[in-house]
Amino acid sequence: MNFLDIVFYVFAAITVFAAMGVITSRNPVNAALFLVLAFCSSAGIWMLLEAEFLAIVLVLVYVGAVMVLFLFVVMMLDINLVRLREGFWRWFPFGAGLAGLMVFEMIYVLGARQTSDTVHAIVHPADYSNTKELGRLLYTDYVYPFELAAVLLLVAMVAAIALTLRRRAGVKTQNISEQVQVQAGDRVRIVKQMSAEGTGSATRK
Amino acid sequence: MMELLLSLEQAGQNLLGVFWLPLWTLVKIMVIVGPLMGAVAYLTLAERKVIGWMQIRIGPNRVGPLGLLQPLADGLKLLMKEIIIPAGSNKFLFVLGPVIALMPALAAWAVVPFNAELVLSNANAGLLYILAMTSLGVYGVIIAGWASNSKYAFLGALRSAAQIVSYEIAMGFALVCVLMAAQSMNLGDIVHGQQGRYGALNWYFIPLFPMFLVYFISGVAEANRAPFDVAEGESEIVAGFHVEYSGMAFALFFLAEYANMILIAFLTSIMFLGGWLSPVPFLPDSIVWIFAKVFFVLFLFLWFRATFPRYRYDQLMRLGWKVFIPLSIVWVVVVGAWMQTPLWVW
Repeated sequence: MNFLDIVFYVFAAITVFAAMGVITSRNPVNAALFLVLAFCSSAGIWMLLEAEFLAIVLVLVYVGAVMVLFLFVVMMLDINLVRLREGFWRWFPFGAGLAGLMVFEMIYVLGARQTSDTVHAIVHPADYSNTKELGRLLYTDYVYPFELAAVLLLVAMVAAIALTLRRRAGVKTQNISEQVQVQAGDRVRIVKQMSAEGTGSATRK
Repeated sequence: MMELLLSLEQAGQNLLGVFWLPLWTLVKIMVIVGPLMGAVAYLTLAERKVIGWMQIRIGPNRVGPLGLLQPLADGLKLLMKEIIIPAGSNKFLFVLGPVIALMPALAAWAVVPFNAELVLSNANAGLLYILAMTSLGVYGVIIAGWASNSKYAFLGALRSAAQIVSYEIAMGFALVCVLMAAQSMNLGDIVHGQQGRYGALNWYFIPLFPMFLVYFISGVAEANRAPFDVAEGESEIVAGFHVEYSGMAFALFFLAEYANMILIAFLTSIMFLGGWLSPVPFLPDSIVWIFAKVFFVLFLFLWFRATFPRYRYDQLMRLGWKVFIPLSIVWVVVVGAWMQTPLWVW
């Protein structure tokens, strides 16, 4: 048992605990925060496998951006917990069946064949850069799937914008370029006003 | 010095075995975090003094000579104050919020190099790590804002979430330009890439000048500093996300904010201003230079706060999405094309 093993078990325990928290917590905000914890600790496990690029990108994309938006939405929802739990027993057999199927799949995929001899992470030299290797693979061997995924994401993005972009009549908006270009002369008019004769010593600037 | 450290490491390894590595790393972390906290304390004093002078006031001058003990007095006051937890709040998350705010602000220092040898972890993916850690800082604000169960705090949290997500993209693209120019994500290698015969002219702020501006301004936004401090916005939403906090919990938010400022200042110096490299060829490279650059960038933070009015929320979003993101995407292409020509001399 060396130090890395201890670190692995700590991260694994936190991941399992957080994953349980996601499905058992009653409050959706708590569930989302548990999911953040699960992401962070699984990033830690990936880091132990020297997959530093994947680990950091998991934190950067999922924790840093996706979950922030998730929380943004979940926090603003007014969720009625009673209504949310209404159909629990009616859907329970369906959910249990699905869970059983998943467990079976997991056992099948990760089953005895692969784990019979212990898998060790490949030890790399100190100057090995996981990011460089991944980049090299992505832009050579897997360039078509990569570009295809990129186009797919672009289409999804355009579609999402097109769905939410509505032009409504009578909306009051501010023309920013007009605001930026405004000069002092457009807003303030300096008027030279002579004071009335004989009212004394009113001083003007 | 180096031999002494090595022999100390050897002795510790023999003595403590498995537990030596975490213990020794903890010592190194303390060596960074201790002075950082001192710097944070005196940055608050510097801020009050500098803004005071800019506004033709004196600033704090009662505690100690020239007010130099003011940060200690402030710290003592905040320590002594009662931490009030609102009745309707989520108590666990309410306490966790400030801790989460401070954690990434300190964790990012792991990969920051102070000179060619002085770095806690010489990670190859340092740049990515920095980006990931700075994007985590928003959780402190969001959790604090939500757990307080207060309208103002909640509005602050929402504003902060939208702001961080917007500016992170432009910041990421600015960093992509840097890593293209340096061909490395290791912060030490990025500084080495700026080494050359012409001193300051070899630094990346010249070919990447638009990205230098984008990065620094996004950094000001990510640190929640004026003129982008809409998450606090005391004229609109009282104090935003930390309106319900008092005592040391409140102080932790400030520690995080100032630690973030210093971090952004270090990163700007490392990536665009040549880190510890000397600006003129006839002077040696030294750790002094990086501190000088950091002082300059920190002064810019204070200068901004003293001179610019706060951005309106829609202006903030417009600047992020309609100015910075297109500009940074275009500059990635420009740098990529430029690097293929002989005109690229960096």
